[in-house]
Amino acid sequence: MIQILDENGKIVDEDNVPDLSDDDLVELMKRMVYTRVLDQRSIALNRQGRLGFYAPTAGQEASQLGSHYALEKDDFILPAYRDVPQLIWHGLPLYQAFLFSRGHFHGNQMPDDVNALSPQIIIGAQITQAAGVAVGMKKKGKENVAITYTGDGGASQGDFYEGINFAGAYQAPAIFVVQNNQFAISVPVDKQSAANTISQKAAAAGIPGFLVDGMDVLAVYQVTKEARERAINGDGPTLIETMTYRYGPHTMAGDDPTRYRTDDMDDDWEKKDPIVRFRKYLEEKDLWSEDQENAVVEKAKEEIKAAVKKADKYDKMKVTDLMENMYEELPANLQEQMEEYKEKESK
Amino acid sequence: MAQMTMIQAITNALQTELKNDEDVLVFGEDVGQNGGVFRATEGLQEEFGEERVFDTPLAESGIIGMAVGMSTQGVRPVPEIQFFGFVFEAMDAVSGQAARFRYRSGGRWHAPITIRSPFGGGVHTPELHADSLEGLFAQQPGLKVVIPSGPYDAKGLLIQSIRDNDPVIFLEHMKLYRSFREEVPEEEYTLELGKAETKREGKDITLIAYGAMVHAALKAAEELEEENIQAEVIDLRTIAPIDVDTIIESVKKTSRAVVIQEAQRKAGIAASIVSEIQERAILHLEAPVLRVTAPDTVYPFSEAEEIWLPNHKDIVEKAKESINF
Repeated sequence: MIQILDENGKIVDEDNVPDLSDDDLVELMKRMVYTRVLDQRSIALNRQGRLGFYAPTAGQEASQLGSHYALEKDDFILPAYRDVPQLIWHGLPLYQAFLFSRGHFHGNQMPDDVNALSPQIIIGAQITQAAGVAVGMKKKGKENVAITYTGDGGASQGDFYEGINFAGAYQAPAIFVVQNNQFAISVPVDKQSAANTISQKAAAAGIPGFLVDGMDVLAVYQVTKEARERAINGDGPTLIETMTYRYGPHTMAGDDPTRYRTDDMDDDWEKKDPIVRFRKYLEEKDLWSEDQENAVVEKAKEEIKAAVKKADKYDKMKVTDLMENMYEELPANLQEQMEEYKEKESK
Repeated sequence: MAQMTMIQAITNALQTELKNDEDVLVFGEDVGQNGGVFRATEGLQEEFGEERVFDTPLAESGIIGMAVGMSTQGVRPVPEIQFFGFVFEAMDAVSGQAARFRYRSGGRWHAPITIRSPFGGGVHTPELHADSLEGLFAQQPGLKVVIPSGPYDAKGLLIQSIRDNDPVIFLEHMKLYRSFREEVPEEEYTLELGKAETKREGKDITLIAYGAMVHAALKAAEELEEENIQAEVIDLRTIAPIDVDTIIESVKKTSRAVVIQEAQRKAGIAASIVSEIQERAILHLEAPVLRVTAPDTVYPFSEAEEIWLPNHKDIVEKAKESINF
């Protein structure tokens, strides 16, 4: 397993330490802290009924944000349902992320400069699509990559194999990240496959595969950055497995992790917390302080509050809005129904 | 003008659009050097290169999933599913993804994909090659489903399908590929999607059909004429959306209708046409709207096709039942 920073915040692999400036290191820490606060607030807001669908992210900050930090603005993200943080740091406004959670189409209307799809609910669909985005980029001669995310359970899907295999066959610039957080809802990863690692599944597609400490932001960043370089140099796709953990439930829709995992397991993984170890590393370098961290926490809370307000104020959806988004030109049946609903909505 | 079979007209349409629009990409299993299992893409890779016309790994979900992803990069994918019975492998990519792409992104992304696929009975294919599954896709909001019945329609409808900025399923009946030739203009032309065509005028009964059943209905109309029954034959050409106006106008004139499909009775789209007629023209009807369909079994073992597939005799029988109601 590739690791650069151990649980105590010590560099264990000097040769592979990424070439990041002090500002970059601080920025990465800010994003991880912000995202942890976002997770805590999102869970609370969900419990208050002010958010809808929400898949907790605490524990996965290094995996999600370390990999995202290795990207460029014009790279294309195909997230799974848990990968909202990458979208936010790619440019999706927070209030739109909240509208996605609530179930409003505006939450999915990526701004023009945000190259991403909205979170994919069908596990595996994003993987064949990522192959397509990458093939399309290659055909258009773009120097960019498509990156997509799934979980350990997702690596059992047919579309997972098809996606990595297609990208391999076309040597397309794609990065496939499997965030192995040990559980697919209640099913532990050893029930998914007899394979010892998920990264070795890359062999079936004939592409490179790497197993990375997903609680180590430097290792995740470095491996993703190298995958990106290979991809834009025309050397094809990479599969990256990040070993990580979600501290919370699968989603906020009634999942109870105490039914399938023990406190001991939670404790073990909490010792590996990506924020704790990166904080130690930065404090050692004199790049991080409690004050800085508090400032990020406060900023996050304020921005979240403002975003919720903005989401509250956004126009409610009408059936005619939904119809308008179906086709470029409405077919006859929808034209007829549009008239009916315009009539209803005018009353 | 040239005499073309339907397969030639399809190749000609693909060639036209590959020439017109450099973003058009044609891909699928064996569509490249081999020119397709039915020669629909014959010569296209040679003319346009491997960058534009290329083979894929053997995986239908991967093919359509790739097409969906490609759509974000400004290309216009024209993938092929080798036989439509294999579409179950790609059901999510088609109905769960491509069809919803514009809606789920609130218009930020769209999928200008045309999925070409052969289907249809009467040529003794092996299992799951000939099944009529158009009904499954007619039920999916976000798709259009086009089924031409001959060379002229095939070319104009395919060009229009490729130019459409939303996903279109373009189904090619295998029995019609080479069964007859028709005058087809060499130059480009388009036919509007969602528009039916009246293939034969009549005043006594309306026969509504699509695909190979259009020809069965025309043959039935000839037999009916011998008994002084003037049947009007409507070829739907697009089965999603349905051209309700053309159907209702005809039914109001004839007061009787039979809907004909090759698919099983519980499948296809005949039931929804019957519903449209009864909602919009019941006071004009002299008899119930009847259906000619296949029986509700799995598609037949090939030696049983002749006793199973609906044909012109079934149509004559139903038309008389309506007339004598």
